[in-house]
Amino acid sequence: MDFAFSEEQQLLRRSVRGLLAGNWPLDRVAELADGEAGWDPASWPRLAELGCLGLSLPAERGGAGGDLVDEAVVFEEAGRALYPGPLFATVALAQPALAAAADPAPLEATAAGERSATLAVAEPDGPRTIAEAAASACVAKRDGDAWTLTGTKTLVPDAGIAAGAVVAAQASDGVAPGGDGQLALFLVDLAAHGEVVTARSTMDATRRLGDLALDATPATLLVAPDQAGQVLAATRRRALALLACEAVGVADRAIAFALEYAGQRQQFDRYIGSYQAVSHRLVDAWAAVELARSLAYWAAWCVASGDEQATRACAGAKSAAGEAAVAACESAIQCMGGIGFTWDHPLHRLYKRAQWVEAFEGVGADHRRELAARLLD
Amino acid sequence: MDFRDTPDEAAFRAELRAWLRDNRPTEWDPQGDPRRERWGVEQGKAWSRRLWEAGYMGLTWPKEHGGQAAPYSHQAILLEEIARAEAPEHVGIIGLAMAGPTLIAHGTEAQKAAHLERILSADEVFCQGFSEPGAGSDLASLRTRAVRDGDEFVIDGQKVWSSFAHIADWCILLARTNTEVPKHKGLTFFLVDMHAPGVEVRPLRQLTGDPEFNEIFLTGVRVPADQVVGEVDGGWAVAMTTLLHERGTLGFALTVRMEVALRRLVQLARTADAAGRRPADDPLVRDQVARLWVDLQGLRYTNYRALTSLVRTGIPGPEGSVAKLHWSEANQRLTKLALELLGPAAQLDGPDSAWGGYWQYQQLRSRGNTIEAGTSEVLRNIIAERVLGLPRSR
Repeated sequence: MDFAFSEEQQLLRRSVRGLLAGNWPLDRVAELADGEAGWDPASWPRLAELGCLGLSLPAERGGAGGDLVDEAVVFEEAGRALYPGPLFATVALAQPALAAAADPAPLEATAAGERSATLAVAEPDGPRTIAEAAASACVAKRDGDAWTLTGTKTLVPDAGIAAGAVVAAQASDGVAPGGDGQLALFLVDLAAHGEVVTARSTMDATRRLGDLALDATPATLLVAPDQAGQVLAATRRRALALLACEAVGVADRAIAFALEYAGQRQQFDRYIGSYQAVSHRLVDAWAAVELARSLAYWAAWCVASGDEQATRACAGAKSAAGEAAVAACESAIQCMGGIGFTWDHPLHRLYKRAQWVEAFEGVGADHRRELAARLLD
Repeated sequence: MDFRDTPDEAAFRAELRAWLRDNRPTEWDPQGDPRRERWGVEQGKAWSRRLWEAGYMGLTWPKEHGGQAAPYSHQAILLEEIARAEAPEHVGIIGLAMAGPTLIAHGTEAQKAAHLERILSADEVFCQGFSEPGAGSDLASLRTRAVRDGDEFVIDGQKVWSSFAHIADWCILLARTNTEVPKHKGLTFFLVDMHAPGVEVRPLRQLTGDPEFNEIFLTGVRVPADQVVGEVDGGWAVAMTTLLHERGTLGFALTVRMEVALRRLVQLARTADAAGRRPADDPLVRDQVARLWVDLQGLRYTNYRALTSLVRTGIPGPEGSVAKLHWSEANQRLTKLALELLGPAAQLDGPDSAWGGYWQYQQLRSRGNTIEAGTSEVLRNIIAERVLGLPRSR
């Protein structure tokens, strides 16, 4: 057994950290978050130059031939930097479906940093998560080789900035059913059909959610029903493992703010970090994050190596890391007192990202419910 | 990064597993209540000797002192597999985990030759004489005195919470040799013969009812000067080595013991009562069991991370303190949940009760987990100061 990142992975970590801290430090992220677009599109080709947008894709598809452990490093750093941009939407959520499609062009465009993409599964009165995607009421109609989609999607990450959306819909004509019935995955060109997108006000302004109102909107078939269930299950594992890694990065950054403050701020003639009421709470936050870090890396490794424990590892990692990140931010806010409660300090932005991670694809209790079924039934 | 055993590790694990299956003592009942079913000292020593003869003790110790010079991962696998097989541990835990590594780091050649191999073979059992009635978490304030008299030191004082002292042949003991200097700088680390005149051991009963540890009274005990480990007045640094190793690979054994306990908890939760009700059908129970499973995996992989940093740097990393801190509290939650699942019958702890007193003993014993080997409060201070770089609390 060996629980260490390789030299290459450590180099990748330093490169990503350097790029994000150098160009989009937290005060710049705050400006972007408070602005119209919510991100800096110039960051996208820069991430592609470092290879961050195709790490686990094979070289012949424009990728680096690596695996999810490499991507774990990138997501932890993106969390630490609170990177605002469609990284999670594109790499974690959209690429598995794009990679399963016959046409390599959309996938390669994302890896090259020319396009971004997201995934649309949730519906106002239907599925809320990837796990529930098969309950979709969205309908795909075929006309020769062309398809159109009709239905409403909601809670779509980065809907307002992604160039394309992988949309789950029921394919009624001309395709063989699969394990999830007629559910298939389609690509909608949001750049060409921006009228379907409604941006929603989102607590975490660095990763906004949106709705898609599809009304006979043109789409291309990516994954037919016979493969869609598997692709979505794999997408879900990727998403959970990478969200756990991102949460660890967010939590690290929040704790770093609190530690710096506790080591400088004096009250009653002593540094507040010397009071155990302060230091022990920070230790507990840090210790929970360390356990979550172990789980997040383990989950990433399980997914990367096709380990039989991958599904439960992802559930465990997401439940622990999401909750640990939220708790770490809360402890940091408490430690920093009034300063931590201001809009000007970036802590609240980390807190909101932690809550975004916790809310997406099942909160901790949802994942524990899934684990309990495996343990007790 | 690879969580699978290497071919070498897998071969070692398979061989060890087979050996444990064939050799595990049948008279040892891991589910029994240790307050009633005493595993005798002689049985424990005989079992320890068999582990040693089979080549499973001192895995990471140097070959010239009876060790195997094997990788740390083998030690981790040994602790995991013994716990998983629910086999008894070697009786020389203090010698193996504390005295031995301390002698390897700071002992003279004569001290190493005298003790290391005999620790492994269980010919010598060690105990620890650090804590005192007035010096627990604040260990450096200890008052047991050692006064030089020619080629000897004369030791007077009292030690407490000393596990195995009643069967020990030797004690690693910290005593004050200098009262003129700051408290950390006047301590010396001794090897004390527990059979020497003036050593008296009295058992202390714990809240479980079990006399697991002891008080040691030292009255004019004469210790030859060549039984000082490290420098005179330099005992604090030596003791820190001891405590570092105490929390070193311990996490592996603790984690697998928790794995075994969780397996039993699942069994308990799935057991239906006469009316067909199962605790496992209660959503609150389900959430708590799943949370314990997540805790357990977090501990397991944090241990692996600690092992990797130990292999790469040779020094146990901060992950060990995290694991101990978290394990102790998780084990308390686990055992308390077990009593909750037993309901009103949780009060019945006799041999005729549902689990024969097993859960009652485990729950009461778990309260010691956050006190022994560094209280949770001291561990939090250590992490705050040494890992997180916060100002000293004082």
